[in-house]
Amino acid sequence: MSKNLANGLVLGAAVVSLGLLLLAPGILTGLIAIAAVGLTAYLRASMPVRALALALLTLGLTLALARGAGGDILFIGLVAVLVSLITIPHVPGWIKGLLGAAILLISIPIAGFANSFLFELGIQIGIYAAMALGLNVVVGMAGLLDLGYAAFFAIGAYTWAIFGSPQANQFTAGGFPLNGNFFYLFMAIAVVTTAITGLLIGLPALRLRGDYLAIVTLGLGEVVRVLANNLDHPVNLTNGPQGITPVARPGIDWFRSLMSSIGIQLDAKTDYQLFFYLLVLVIIGIVITVNLNLGNSRFGRAWVAIREDETAAKAMGIPMLGTKLLAFATGAAFSGAMGVIFAAQRTFVSPESFTLLASITILGMVVLGGMGSIPGVILGAAALTILNIDLLKSFSEYLNALRQSGATVLGFNLANLPNQLEPAKYERLVFGIVLILMMIFRPEGLIPERRHRLEAEEAQEKS
Amino acid sequence: MLDALLQLLPQVFFEGLLLGFVYAMIALGYTMVYGVLELINFAHSEIFMIGAVTGVEVFRYLVPVIPNALLLLLIALVLGAAISGIVAVWVERLAYRPLRKRGAVNRLVPLITAIGVSFVLQDLVRLIEAIWHNEFFLRINSLPALEQSFSFLGIFIQLKSVILVVVSILMLLGLSYLVNRTKLGTAIRAVAQDMNTAALMGISPDQIISRTFLIGGALAGVAGVLFAVQYTTISPYVGFLPGLKAFTAAVLGGIGNIPGAMVGGLVLGQLETLAGTYMPTLTGGNFGTEYKDVIAFLILILLLLFRPQGLLGQVVKEKV
Repeated sequence: MSKNLANGLVLGAAVVSLGLLLLAPGILTGLIAIAAVGLTAYLRASMPVRALALALLTLGLTLALARGAGGDILFIGLVAVLVSLITIPHVPGWIKGLLGAAILLISIPIAGFANSFLFELGIQIGIYAAMALGLNVVVGMAGLLDLGYAAFFAIGAYTWAIFGSPQANQFTAGGFPLNGNFFYLFMAIAVVTTAITGLLIGLPALRLRGDYLAIVTLGLGEVVRVLANNLDHPVNLTNGPQGITPVARPGIDWFRSLMSSIGIQLDAKTDYQLFFYLLVLVIIGIVITVNLNLGNSRFGRAWVAIREDETAAKAMGIPMLGTKLLAFATGAAFSGAMGVIFAAQRTFVSPESFTLLASITILGMVVLGGMGSIPGVILGAAALTILNIDLLKSFSEYLNALRQSGATVLGFNLANLPNQLEPAKYERLVFGIVLILMMIFRPEGLIPERRHRLEAEEAQEKS
Repeated sequence: MLDALLQLLPQVFFEGLLLGFVYAMIALGYTMVYGVLELINFAHSEIFMIGAVTGVEVFRYLVPVIPNALLLLLIALVLGAAISGIVAVWVERLAYRPLRKRGAVNRLVPLITAIGVSFVLQDLVRLIEAIWHNEFFLRINSLPALEQSFSFLGIFIQLKSVILVVVSILMLLGLSYLVNRTKLGTAIRAVAQDMNTAALMGISPDQIISRTFLIGGALAGVAGVLFAVQYTTISPYVGFLPGLKAFTAAVLGGIGNIPGAMVGGLVLGQLETLAGTYMPTLTGGNFGTEYKDVIAFLILILLLLFRPQGLLGQVVKEKV
């Protein structure tokens, strides 16, 4: 296809979508906009045209979202724009930065003010993205399979939940819940406690070959769940299966005054949402920085060496235990910090949230996006979170509607569809299929890390 | 107090034996697959679960038709072994073999696939049971003949428990014979030792791997049926904990070592039952039976610290 044709198609699609989004925002126009993003990403138009098309689409999606229409599909469109920004080659850094910041700091908050579910979705994606980036250090960089990642998440969450709620009065002299301002201190405490837990668990397991770590972490996840369920006696530490509520939310007076000083008026509902959204963005920023810096450090290179060939790495004089432990504890610490945020945001913590399924969900994000690849892992987190808390539910509702309509398709009465066929309740099936298909057909992930991409290309050339 | 505890001991020992045989049979599947592929087959616990579900379904439909308890149990065992074995073979063919053919470099790839398979099987069975009977917890429709009990040396014993022990011993002996005395067993051991050399000797590694999955799966299926009959209530998620513990048992005995897996299973069964029974008394009721699942995990950690090669294993040089 000639470049001019591609340019015309991309620009035309963007302009048409913009017009449609302005005139009739809704699910259908949202799908058209997503298709336009897809065109921009795949057709080889020239770089300025692609950037312009993405900017136009962002504008259209934002304006449509501000009117509160067609919520989730338009939100997915924004995510798609972000992903294409990262994956389209030769886009200069300033365009990426400007457009990315516009989406993250302007479009999504605007959408959130119009429709608070989208804020919630954004926050959840952020929490999972930060955790997946933490797991990425362990699994993606160092190649250690951690199947109990939710255990560290649980330890972090309970650290704040116990002391940020009246729960701690059960075994202390009283004076709880702590003031919300302690939240920030507890994030630091959780980082330390989970890192230490990581060291204690890693010490026996990491001395051996990688497979043992998988099973030990699997066991750890189970043990933490058993403890959370049963430590309501002899001392009521965790309040057992009922969980702990209400957990104090962080003190955000400084945030409110900061926002009003720059002219943003917040009401009692949106203030916490905006706060958590921005907090999660900051954390993701920190995690990415740490990821990049560690990745390029002596340790990062040692991790890659261990991942690629443990025996050879050992022969090169890399200290095995220390290097692996560092990766494991770093990942654990990130998870712990996110646990504190999770507890404060939900104001409720129970063992239910920290099952094996949670660990595997996060692993699925890393695997889907591409082990070791930072944009990939964020994409994986966004995709699976949207799938999990939005699409599967919508699909279930859609099936229900079909059932009630009682229409007949190909001689089969839809009212006879079994009630048990509810996609929202079968996350395990969905995640399992994602894991298997990715491993068989694209083990390097959707957005592969550079090293993995080169490897995959090399393998293809050989065969 | 000590007297009361001692009085319980024979019963506890017997219960531990039952659990131990179940673990041993599952552990064999782990250890054999690890022997040939160096893969922790996480899906193995689901193969066990499929056996248990098969058992429940056979009893559900055949109890009114076939009143003879032993015949019924035999049918359940054969069907359980067959279905579990076939599922295991197809899991290998559909999920693991493509990875092997492509020559996956990364060690994580098969492990993650195995986790995925395990999740898919759990929810697939759950979905099937939900549509079929609208049930999550499945209770076996047992026969009075199997439940009849007698007392021996002060131990309360049910007929089904005796059958569990006898069948397990037969299976374990049969497996020992198969692995040590037959051509197939020799081939399995050859592939486990060195796949490429075995291929040069005219053994088809793919075929042998398939057979290994079949044997391990069938054993897990038998264990599943016996488990369902013995403990009566199961669910599609029932495989996870026994699977985790059976793996611990395999490590306890020395992973890749077949007699080791049997010994490890029996030892772990005893330890867990002992802990589950005596912990509430010893800790004054503060830490109850619910912590028995933690015991297996603690043993695993201690083992990895002090004797990673297991009770019967030898230190294995890594294949380079």
